Amino acid sequence: MVSPVAGHQPPPFFRRGPAPLVRLVLLVSASLTLIVVDHRLHYLELVRQGLSVMTTPLQVAAGMPVKGVRSAGEYFADLAHLQDENARLRREQTELATIRLRQEQLDQENARLRALLDMRERVQIDARVAEVIYAVRDPFSRRVVIDKGLTHGVEPGSPVTDDLGIIGQVTRVYPLNAEVTLISDKDQALPVQVARTGVRAVMFGAGSGLLELRYLAADVDLREGDRIVTSGLDGVFPPGLPVAAVKSVDRDGVGGFVRILCVPVAGVEAHSTVLILKPGKPVDPDTAAAGTAPAADKPADKAPKK
Amino acid sequence: MNQPSFSSRRILRPVSPWFIAFSLLCALLVNLMPLGRAFWLPDWLALVLCFWCVREPLRVGMGTAFALGIVMDVGYGSLMGQHALAYVLLAYAATTFSRRILWFGPLRQSLHVLPMLVGAQTVMLLVRLVADAEFPGLIYFAGALIATLLWYPVGILLLLPQYRPEEKDENRPI
Repeated sequence: MVSPVAGHQPPPFFRRGPAPLVRLVLLVSASLTLIVVDHRLHYLELVRQGLSVMTTPLQVAAGMPVKGVRSAGEYFADLAHLQDENARLRREQTELATIRLRQEQLDQENARLRALLDMRERVQIDARVAEVIYAVRDPFSRRVVIDKGLTHGVEPGSPVTDDLGIIGQVTRVYPLNAEVTLISDKDQALPVQVARTGVRAVMFGAGSGLLELRYLAADVDLREGDRIVTSGLDGVFPPGLPVAAVKSVDRDGVGGFVRILCVPVAGVEAHSTVLILKPGKPVDPDTAAAGTAPAADKPADKAPKK
Repeated sequence: MNQPSFSSRRILRPVSPWFIAFSLLCALLVNLMPLGRAFWLPDWLALVLCFWCVREPLRVGMGTAFALGIVMDVGYGSLMGQHALAYVLLAYAATTFSRRILWFGPLRQSLHVLPMLVGAQTVMLLVRLVADAEFPGLIYFAGALIATLLWYPVGILLLLPQYRPEEKDENRPI
Protein backbone atom coordinates (compact mmCIF):
# COMPACT_ATOMS: atom_id res chain seq x y z
CA MET A 1 0.00 0.00 0.00
CA VAL A 2 2.70 2.47 -0.92
CA SER A 3 1.55 5.11 -3.33
CA PRO A 4 4.13 6.49 -5.77
CA VAL A 5 4.05 9.88 -4.12
CA ALA A 6 3.59 9.27 -0.43
CA GLY A 7 1.04 11.42 1.36
CA HIS A 8 -0.43 12.85 -1.79
CA GLN A 9 -3.96 12.25 -3.00
CA PRO A 10 -4.59 11.54 -6.65
CA PRO A 11 -5.59 14.70 -8.48
CA PRO A 12 -9.35 15.23 -8.73
CA PHE A 13 -11.05 14.88 -12.08
CA PHE A 14 -12.82 18.22 -11.82
CA ARG A 15 -11.22 21.13 -10.05
CA ARG A 16 -13.88 23.11 -8.25
CA GLY A 17 -11.94 24.71 -5.43
CA PRO A 18 -13.00 24.24 -1.81
CA ALA A 19 -16.28 22.52 -1.00
CA PRO A 20 -19.38 24.77 -1.03
CA LEU A 21 -19.88 24.49 2.71
CA VAL A 22 -16.29 25.53 3.37
CA ARG A 23 -16.68 28.48 1.03
CA LEU A 24 -19.96 29.44 2.70
CA VAL A 25 -18.42 29.41 6.16
CA LEU A 26 -15.44 31.45 4.96
CA LEU A 27 -17.50 34.12 3.20
CA VAL A 28 -20.14 34.35 5.92
CA SER A 29 -17.49 34.84 8.56
CA ALA A 30 -15.80 37.42 6.35
CA SER A 31 -19.10 39.31 6.00
CA LEU A 32 -19.83 39.12 9.71
CA THR A 33 -16.33 40.41 10.47
CA LEU A 34 -16.89 43.31 8.08
CA ILE A 35 -20.24 44.11 9.71
CA VAL A 36 -18.80 44.14 13.20
CA VAL A 37 -15.71 46.10 12.21
CA ASP A 38 -17.82 48.67 10.37
CA HIS A 39 -20.50 49.03 13.03
CA ARG A 40 -18.42 48.91 16.19
CA LEU A 41 -14.96 50.12 15.21
CA HIS A 42 -15.59 52.33 12.15
CA TYR A 43 -12.30 51.24 10.58
CA LEU A 44 -13.70 50.83 7.10
CA GLU A 45 -14.27 54.45 6.08
CA LEU A 46 -11.06 54.47 4.04
CA VAL A 47 -12.01 51.23 2.26
CA ARG A 48 -15.42 52.70 1.58
CA GLN A 49 -13.90 55.86 0.13
CA GLY A 50 -11.62 53.78 -2.07
CA LEU A 51 -14.44 51.59 -3.36
CA SER A 52 -16.67 54.63 -3.86
CA VAL A 53 -14.25 55.71 -6.60
CA MET A 54 -15.57 52.66 -8.44
CA THR A 55 -19.23 52.94 -7.49
CA THR A 56 -19.63 56.68 -8.01
CA PRO A 57 -19.36 56.46 -11.83
CA LEU A 58 -21.89 53.62 -11.72
CA GLN A 59 -24.21 55.76 -9.64
CA VAL A 60 -23.80 58.69 -11.98
CA ALA A 61 -24.58 56.43 -14.92
CA ALA A 62 -27.61 54.98 -13.14
CA GLY A 63 -28.80 58.46 -12.27
CA MET A 64 -28.73 59.70 -15.85
CA PRO A 65 -32.03 58.22 -17.05
CA VAL A 66 -33.77 59.34 -13.86
CA LYS A 67 -32.35 62.83 -14.26
CA GLY A 68 -33.36 62.88 -17.92
CA VAL A 69 -36.95 61.97 -17.15
CA ARG A 70 -37.07 64.52 -14.38
CA SER A 71 -35.61 67.36 -16.43
CA ALA A 72 -37.98 66.52 -19.29
CA GLY A 73 -40.82 66.91 -16.81
CA GLU A 74 -39.43 70.25 -15.68
CA TYR A 75 -39.07 71.39 -19.27
CA PHE A 76 -42.75 70.94 -19.82
CA ALA A 77 -43.61 72.68 -16.56
CA ASP A 78 -46.14 75.41 -16.96
CA LEU A 79 -44.71 78.76 -18.01
CA ALA A 80 -47.21 80.56 -15.83
CA HIS A 81 -45.99 78.59 -12.87
CA LEU A 82 -42.44 79.71 -13.54
CA GLN A 83 -43.49 83.33 -13.95
CA ASP A 84 -45.39 83.15 -10.69
CA GLU A 85 -42.37 81.74 -8.96
CA ASN A 86 -40.16 84.41 -10.51
CA ALA A 87 -42.42 87.20 -9.28
CA ARG A 88 -42.59 85.66 -5.82
CA LEU A 89 -38.81 85.29 -5.65
CA ARG A 90 -38.31 88.89 -6.76
CA ARG A 91 -40.68 90.07 -4.05
CA GLU A 92 -38.88 88.01 -1.45
CA GLN A 93 -35.56 89.30 -2.69
CA THR A 94 -36.67 92.88 -2.12
CA GLU A 95 -37.94 92.05 1.34
CA LEU A 96 -34.71 90.27 2.18
CA ALA A 97 -32.65 93.18 0.92
CA THR A 98 -34.27 95.53 3.42
CA ILE A 99 -33.77 93.01 6.18
CA ARG A 100 -30.14 92.62 5.18
CA LEU A 101 -29.56 96.35 5.31
CA ARG A 102 -31.00 96.45 8.78
CA GLN A 103 -29.05 93.38 9.74
CA GLU A 104 -25.73 94.99 8.89
CA GLN A 105 -26.54 97.86 11.16
CA LEU A 106 -27.70 95.48 13.88
CA ASP A 107 -24.54 93.41 13.52
CA GLN A 108 -22.40 96.47 14.08
CA GLU A 109 -24.47 97.54 17.04
CA ASN A 110 -24.37 94.00 18.38
CA ALA A 111 -20.60 93.86 18.06
CA ARG A 112 -20.25 97.14 19.92
CA LEU A 113 -22.57 96.04 22.71
CA ARG A 114 -20.87 92.68 22.98
CA ALA A 115 -17.51 94.38 23.21
CA LEU A 116 -18.95 96.54 25.96
CA LEU A 117 -20.17 93.47 27.81
CA ASP A 118 -16.81 91.79 27.22
CA MET A 119 -18.47 88.80 25.62
CA ARG A 120 -16.95 86.29 23.33
CA GLU A 121 -17.34 87.34 19.74
CA ARG A 122 -19.80 85.12 18.03
CA VAL A 123 -18.16 82.96 15.44
CA GLN A 124 -18.84 84.12 11.94
CA ILE A 125 -20.63 81.25 10.26
CA ASP A 126 -19.19 80.38 6.91
CA ALA A 127 -21.52 78.43 4.69
CA ARG A 128 -21.35 76.60 1.40
CA VAL A 129 -24.23 75.89 -0.90
CA ALA A 130 -24.83 72.32 -2.08
CA GLU A 131 -27.48 70.45 -3.97
CA VAL A 132 -29.10 67.26 -2.74
CA ILE A 133 -28.57 64.72 -5.53
CA TYR A 134 -30.57 61.79 -4.23
CA ALA A 135 -31.81 60.04 -1.14
CA VAL A 136 -29.79 57.00 -0.12
CA ARG A 137 -31.65 53.80 -1.00
CA ASP A 138 -30.86 52.13 2.32
CA PRO A 139 -34.30 51.49 3.88
CA PHE A 140 -33.00 51.42 7.43
CA SER A 141 -31.76 54.98 7.69
CA ARG A 142 -32.62 58.46 6.48
CA ARG A 143 -29.73 59.94 4.57
CA VAL A 144 -29.22 62.01 1.45
CA VAL A 145 -26.22 62.55 -0.78
CA ILE A 146 -25.09 66.08 -1.69
CA ASP A 147 -22.95 67.16 -4.60
CA LYS A 148 -20.06 68.59 -2.59
CA GLY A 149 -17.32 66.43 -1.16
CA LEU A 150 -13.75 66.19 0.01
CA THR A 151 -12.48 68.13 -2.98
CA HIS A 152 -14.82 71.02 -2.13
CA GLY A 153 -13.61 71.08 1.45
CA VAL A 154 -16.61 69.50 3.13
CA GLU A 155 -15.71 68.14 6.54
CA PRO A 156 -17.42 65.27 8.32
CA GLY A 157 -19.60 66.57 11.12
CA SER A 158 -20.65 69.75 9.33
CA PRO A 159 -24.19 70.87 10.15
CA VAL A 160 -26.46 71.07 7.11
CA THR A 161 -29.42 73.47 6.92
CA ASP A 162 -31.89 74.63 4.35
CA ASP A 163 -33.50 78.08 4.29
CA LEU A 164 -35.77 77.24 7.24
CA GLY A 165 -33.64 75.31 9.67
CA ILE A 166 -31.40 72.34 10.42
CA ILE A 167 -31.87 69.28 8.24
CA GLY A 168 -28.94 67.11 9.28
CA GLN A 169 -25.24 66.56 9.59
CA VAL A 170 -22.54 65.37 7.19
CA THR A 171 -21.58 61.89 8.37
CA ARG A 172 -19.52 60.52 5.53
CA VAL A 173 -17.39 62.35 2.99
CA TYR A 174 -16.47 60.91 -0.39
CA PRO A 175 -14.12 62.57 -2.87
CA LEU A 176 -16.90 64.14 -4.94
CA ASN A 177 -19.96 64.00 -2.72
CA ALA A 178 -20.96 63.61 0.88
CA GLU A 179 -23.58 61.76 2.83
CA VAL A 180 -25.84 63.74 5.14
CA THR A 181 -27.68 61.96 7.94
CA LEU A 182 -31.02 63.71 8.36
CA ILE A 183 -32.22 64.71 11.82
CA SER A 184 -35.17 62.35 11.34
CA ASP A 185 -32.77 59.36 11.33
CA LYS A 186 -33.13 57.21 14.42
CA ASP A 187 -29.44 57.45 15.27
CA GLN A 188 -28.99 61.15 14.76
CA ALA A 189 -28.93 63.12 18.02
CA LEU A 190 -28.99 66.89 18.28
CA PRO A 191 -28.54 69.06 21.39
CA VAL A 192 -31.48 71.47 21.48
CA GLN A 193 -33.20 74.00 23.63
CA VAL A 194 -36.83 75.06 23.96
CA ALA A 195 -36.89 78.63 22.70
CA ARG A 196 -39.59 79.82 25.14
CA THR A 197 -38.23 78.38 28.38
CA GLY A 198 -34.59 77.63 27.66
CA VAL A 199 -34.94 74.00 28.75
CA ARG A 200 -32.15 71.97 27.19
CA ALA A 201 -32.71 68.50 25.77
CA VAL A 202 -31.50 66.02 23.22
CA MET A 203 -33.48 65.42 20.06
CA PHE A 204 -33.60 62.15 18.15
CA GLY A 205 -35.36 61.01 15.03
CA ALA A 206 -38.56 59.15 15.86
CA GLY A 207 -38.99 57.35 12.55
CA SER A 208 -41.74 58.30 10.10
CA GLY A 209 -40.14 61.72 9.60
CA LEU A 210 -40.91 63.06 13.08
CA LEU A 211 -38.52 64.01 15.84
CA GLU A 212 -38.56 63.12 19.51
CA LEU A 213 -37.32 64.98 22.57
CA ARG A 214 -36.01 62.39 24.97
CA TYR A 215 -35.08 62.29 28.64
CA LEU A 216 -37.26 65.13 29.85
CA ALA A 217 -39.03 64.82 33.21
CA ALA A 218 -42.81 64.38 33.18
CA ASP A 219 -43.44 67.84 34.66
CA VAL A 220 -41.40 69.80 32.11
CA ASP A 221 -42.89 73.10 30.99
CA LEU A 222 -43.66 72.44 27.34
CA ARG A 223 -46.68 73.14 25.17
CA GLU A 224 -47.73 72.22 21.70
CA GLY A 225 -46.34 74.65 19.18
CA ASP A 226 -43.22 75.51 21.20
CA ARG A 227 -40.24 76.20 18.99
CA ILE A 228 -37.12 74.10 19.42
CA VAL A 229 -33.74 75.57 18.48
CA THR A 230 -30.21 74.22 18.66
CA SER A 231 -28.49 74.85 21.96
CA GLY A 232 -24.94 74.78 20.62
CA LEU A 233 -23.88 72.80 23.68
CA ASP A 234 -21.96 70.30 21.57
CA GLY A 235 -19.95 73.06 19.98
CA VAL A 236 -20.57 71.55 16.54
CA PHE A 237 -23.96 73.05 15.70
CA PRO A 238 -24.17 76.83 16.03
CA PRO A 239 -26.68 77.86 18.72
CA GLY A 240 -30.09 79.33 17.95
CA LEU A 241 -30.87 77.63 14.63
CA PRO A 242 -34.49 76.55 14.32
CA VAL A 243 -35.01 72.80 14.43
CA ALA A 244 -38.61 71.85 15.09
CA ALA A 245 -41.98 72.71 16.59
CA VAL A 246 -43.61 70.61 19.28
CA LYS A 247 -46.47 68.55 17.89
CA SER A 248 -47.69 66.52 20.82
CA VAL A 249 -46.80 66.15 24.49
CA ASP A 250 -47.77 62.84 26.05
CA ARG A 251 -47.34 63.00 29.83
CA ASP A 252 -48.48 59.43 30.57
CA GLY A 253 -45.09 58.19 29.43
CA VAL A 254 -43.69 55.09 31.06
CA GLY A 255 -40.74 55.42 33.41
CA GLY A 256 -41.24 59.04 34.44
CA PHE A 257 -40.27 60.53 31.10
CA VAL A 258 -42.59 62.51 28.89
CA ARG A 259 -42.95 61.55 25.24
CA ILE A 260 -42.66 64.63 23.07
CA LEU A 261 -43.03 64.45 19.31
CA CYS A 262 -41.95 67.35 17.13
CA VAL A 263 -42.31 68.28 13.49
CA PRO A 264 -39.13 69.52 11.82
CA VAL A 265 -39.23 73.15 10.70
CA ALA A 266 -37.01 72.61 7.69
CA GLY A 267 -37.97 70.51 4.69
CA VAL A 268 -35.95 67.61 6.03
CA GLU A 269 -37.16 65.03 3.54
CA ALA A 270 -37.91 67.47 0.73
CA HIS A 271 -34.63 67.47 -1.09
CA SER A 272 -33.44 70.73 -2.55
CA THR A 273 -30.64 73.22 -2.11
CA VAL A 274 -28.93 73.11 1.25
CA LEU A 275 -26.26 75.03 3.14
CA ILE A 276 -23.26 73.27 4.66
CA LEU A 277 -22.01 75.15 7.71
CA LYS A 278 -18.50 74.83 9.05
CA PRO A 279 -18.55 72.60 12.11
CA GLY A 280 -17.34 74.08 15.36
CA LYS A 281 -14.84 72.26 17.51
CA PRO A 282 -16.57 69.66 19.68
CA VAL A 283 -16.44 70.75 23.29
CA ASP A 284 -14.23 68.60 25.44
CA PRO A 285 -16.08 68.19 28.76
CA ASP A 286 -12.88 68.40 30.82
CA THR A 287 -11.61 71.65 29.39
CA ALA A 288 -15.10 73.13 29.30
CA ALA A 289 -15.55 72.44 33.00
CA ALA A 290 -12.12 73.84 33.86
CA GLY A 291 -12.07 76.95 31.73
CA THR A 292 -14.80 79.41 30.93
CA ALA A 293 -17.91 77.57 29.85
CA PRO A 294 -18.84 78.39 26.27
CA ALA A 295 -22.09 79.98 25.20
CA ALA A 296 -24.18 77.48 27.18
CA ASP A 297 -25.21 79.55 30.15
CA LYS A 298 -25.81 82.89 28.56
CA PRO A 299 -29.34 84.15 28.90
CA ALA A 300 -28.91 85.97 25.61
CA ASP A 301 -28.97 82.63 23.84
CA LYS A 302 -32.47 81.86 24.95
CA ALA A 303 -34.02 84.33 22.59
CA PRO A 304 -33.36 82.96 19.14
CA LYS A 305 -32.21 85.43 16.56
CA LYS A 306 -34.88 86.06 14.03
CA MET B 1 -28.63 22.53 -18.23
CA ASN B 2 -28.81 23.04 -21.92
CA GLN B 3 -32.56 23.25 -22.29
CA PRO B 4 -34.86 26.13 -21.32
CA SER B 5 -36.75 23.62 -19.17
CA PHE B 6 -36.76 19.88 -18.72
CA SER B 7 -39.82 19.41 -20.86
CA SER B 8 -38.45 21.52 -23.71
CA ARG B 9 -37.18 19.96 -26.92
CA ARG B 10 -34.85 22.82 -27.71
CA ILE B 11 -31.16 22.82 -26.97
CA LEU B 12 -29.57 26.07 -25.84
CA ARG B 13 -26.20 27.47 -26.84
CA PRO B 14 -23.64 27.59 -24.05
CA VAL B 15 -23.86 30.79 -22.03
CA SER B 16 -21.33 33.51 -22.64
CA PRO B 17 -19.53 34.61 -19.46
CA TRP B 18 -19.59 38.16 -20.83
CA PHE B 19 -23.34 38.11 -20.97
CA ILE B 20 -23.51 36.96 -17.34
CA ALA B 21 -21.23 39.82 -16.33
CA PHE B 22 -23.24 42.26 -18.45
CA SER B 23 -26.56 41.20 -16.96
CA LEU B 24 -25.21 41.48 -13.42
CA LEU B 25 -23.84 44.93 -14.19
CA CYS B 26 -27.20 46.03 -15.62
CA ALA B 27 -28.99 44.74 -12.52
CA LEU B 28 -26.50 46.61 -10.34
CA LEU B 29 -27.11 49.82 -12.31
CA VAL B 30 -30.88 49.48 -11.98
CA ASN B 31 -30.41 48.94 -8.25
CA LEU B 32 -28.27 52.05 -7.94
CA MET B 33 -30.84 54.29 -9.66
CA PRO B 34 -31.61 57.19 -7.35
CA LEU B 35 -35.33 56.57 -6.92
CA GLY B 36 -35.58 57.84 -3.37
CA ARG B 37 -37.26 56.01 -0.55
CA ALA B 38 -39.21 53.48 -2.63
CA PHE B 39 -38.58 50.37 -0.56
CA TRP B 40 -41.08 48.19 -2.35
CA LEU B 41 -38.83 48.09 -5.41
CA PRO B 42 -37.36 44.64 -6.05
CA ASP B 43 -33.67 43.95 -5.58
CA TRP B 44 -32.79 43.27 -9.22
CA LEU B 45 -29.26 42.23 -8.45
CA ALA B 46 -30.43 39.55 -6.00
CA LEU B 47 -32.89 38.28 -8.60
CA VAL B 48 -30.36 38.08 -11.45
CA LEU B 49 -27.71 36.65 -9.16
CA CYS B 50 -30.16 34.01 -7.97
CA PHE B 51 -31.06 33.20 -11.57
CA TRP B 52 -27.46 32.63 -12.63
CA CYS B 53 -26.70 30.65 -9.46
CA VAL B 54 -29.57 28.33 -10.31
CA ARG B 55 -28.78 28.20 -14.01
CA GLU B 56 -24.97 28.15 -13.97
CA PRO B 57 -23.87 27.11 -10.48
CA LEU B 58 -20.35 26.39 -11.70
CA ARG B 59 -19.79 29.89 -13.08
CA VAL B 60 -21.63 32.13 -10.65
CA GLY B 61 -21.45 31.35 -6.98
CA MET B 62 -20.75 32.67 -3.55
CA GLY B 63 -17.54 34.50 -4.50
CA THR B 64 -19.35 36.61 -7.09
CA ALA B 65 -22.17 37.16 -4.61
CA PHE B 66 -19.76 38.40 -1.96
CA ALA B 67 -18.03 40.84 -4.33
CA LEU B 68 -21.33 42.21 -5.62
CA GLY B 69 -22.62 42.50 -2.07
CA ILE B 70 -19.65 44.67 -1.09
CA VAL B 71 -20.25 46.92 -4.11
CA MET B 72 -23.91 47.23 -3.12
CA ASP B 73 -22.93 48.11 0.45
CA VAL B 74 -20.73 50.93 -0.77
CA GLY B 75 -23.33 52.10 -3.28
CA TYR B 76 -26.18 52.10 -0.77
CA GLY B 77 -24.04 53.42 2.05
CA SER B 78 -25.35 50.63 4.25
CA LEU B 79 -23.43 48.66 6.83
CA MET B 80 -20.37 47.10 5.20
CA GLY B 81 -20.96 43.38 4.73
CA GLN B 82 -24.74 43.54 5.07
CA HIS B 83 -25.56 42.86 1.42
CA ALA B 84 -22.51 40.60 1.11
CA LEU B 85 -23.81 38.33 3.85
CA ALA B 86 -27.32 38.19 2.40
CA TYR B 87 -26.10 37.53 -1.14
CA VAL B 88 -23.65 34.83 -0.06
CA LEU B 89 -26.42 32.97 1.76
CA LEU B 90 -28.72 33.47 -1.22
CA ALA B 91 -26.07 32.14 -3.62
CA TYR B 92 -25.43 29.15 -1.37
CA ALA B 93 -29.11 28.24 -1.28
CA ALA B 94 -29.52 28.81 -5.02
CA THR B 95 -26.49 26.72 -6.03
CA THR B 96 -27.41 23.95 -3.61
CA PHE B 97 -31.00 23.70 -4.84
CA SER B 98 -30.12 24.41 -8.46
CA ARG B 99 -30.67 20.80 -9.66
CA ARG B 100 -33.96 20.57 -7.83
CA ILE B 101 -35.31 23.97 -8.95
CA LEU B 102 -34.56 23.38 -12.63
CA TRP B 103 -36.69 20.28 -12.53
CA PHE B 104 -39.84 22.36 -12.04
CA GLY B 105 -41.90 24.62 -14.26
CA PRO B 106 -41.89 28.45 -13.93
CA LEU B 107 -44.58 28.68 -11.24
CA ARG B 108 -43.02 26.11 -8.95
CA GLN B 109 -39.58 27.60 -9.58
CA SER B 110 -40.94 30.91 -8.30
CA LEU B 111 -42.23 29.15 -5.21
CA HIS B 112 -38.69 27.97 -4.55
CA VAL B 113 -37.21 31.39 -5.21
CA LEU B 114 -39.60 33.28 -2.92
CA PRO B 115 -38.29 31.88 0.39
CA MET B 116 -34.71 32.45 -0.76
CA LEU B 117 -35.29 36.12 -1.60
CA VAL B 118 -37.35 36.73 1.53
CA GLY B 119 -34.63 34.99 3.52
CA ALA B 120 -31.95 37.26 2.06
CA GLN B 121 -34.00 40.33 2.96
CA THR B 122 -34.68 38.99 6.44
CA VAL B 123 -30.96 38.49 6.98
CA MET B 124 -30.37 42.15 6.10
CA LEU B 125 -33.24 43.24 8.34
CA LEU B 126 -31.89 41.26 11.28
CA VAL B 127 -28.36 42.60 10.78
CA ARG B 128 -29.63 46.18 10.76
CA LEU B 129 -32.05 45.74 13.66
CA VAL B 130 -29.21 44.32 15.75
CA ALA B 131 -27.24 47.43 14.73
CA ASP B 132 -30.03 49.70 16.11
CA ALA B 133 -31.60 50.80 12.84
CA GLU B 134 -35.16 51.85 12.19
CA PHE B 135 -37.68 49.20 11.01
CA PRO B 136 -38.86 50.35 7.58
CA GLY B 137 -42.26 48.65 7.82
CA LEU B 138 -43.64 45.52 6.18
CA ILE B 139 -43.54 47.24 2.79
CA TYR B 140 -39.87 46.25 2.89
CA PHE B 141 -40.81 42.67 2.02
CA ALA B 142 -42.89 43.69 -0.99
CA GLY B 143 -39.65 43.84 -3.00
CA ALA B 144 -39.12 40.09 -2.58
CA LEU B 145 -42.69 39.35 -3.68
CA ILE B 146 -42.36 41.51 -6.78
CA ALA B 147 -39.00 39.92 -7.58
CA THR B 148 -40.63 36.50 -7.34
CA LEU B 149 -43.27 37.56 -9.84
CA LEU B 150 -40.46 38.78 -12.09
CA TRP B 151 -38.64 35.45 -11.94
CA TYR B 152 -40.24 34.04 -15.08
CA PRO B 153 -40.09 37.12 -17.38
CA VAL B 154 -36.54 37.98 -16.29
CA GLY B 155 -35.57 34.34 -16.79
CA ILE B 156 -36.84 34.36 -20.38
CA LEU B 157 -34.99 37.62 -21.02
CA LEU B 158 -31.71 36.28 -19.62
CA LEU B 159 -31.94 33.06 -21.64
CA LEU B 160 -32.71 34.83 -24.92
CA PRO B 161 -29.10 35.07 -26.16
CA GLN B 162 -28.75 31.31 -25.78
CA TYR B 163 -31.64 30.38 -28.04
CA ARG B 164 -30.70 29.29 -31.52
CA PRO B 165 -33.05 29.29 -34.49
CA GLU B 166 -35.24 26.24 -34.36
CA GLU B 167 -34.31 23.66 -36.93
CA LYS B 168 -36.87 21.06 -37.73
CA ASP B 169 -35.31 17.60 -37.64
CA GLU B 170 -37.75 14.79 -37.18
CA ASN B 171 -35.05 12.20 -36.59
CA ARG B 172 -33.32 13.96 -33.70
CA PRO B 173 -34.26 12.42 -30.34
CA ILE B 174 -34.58 15.74 -28.44
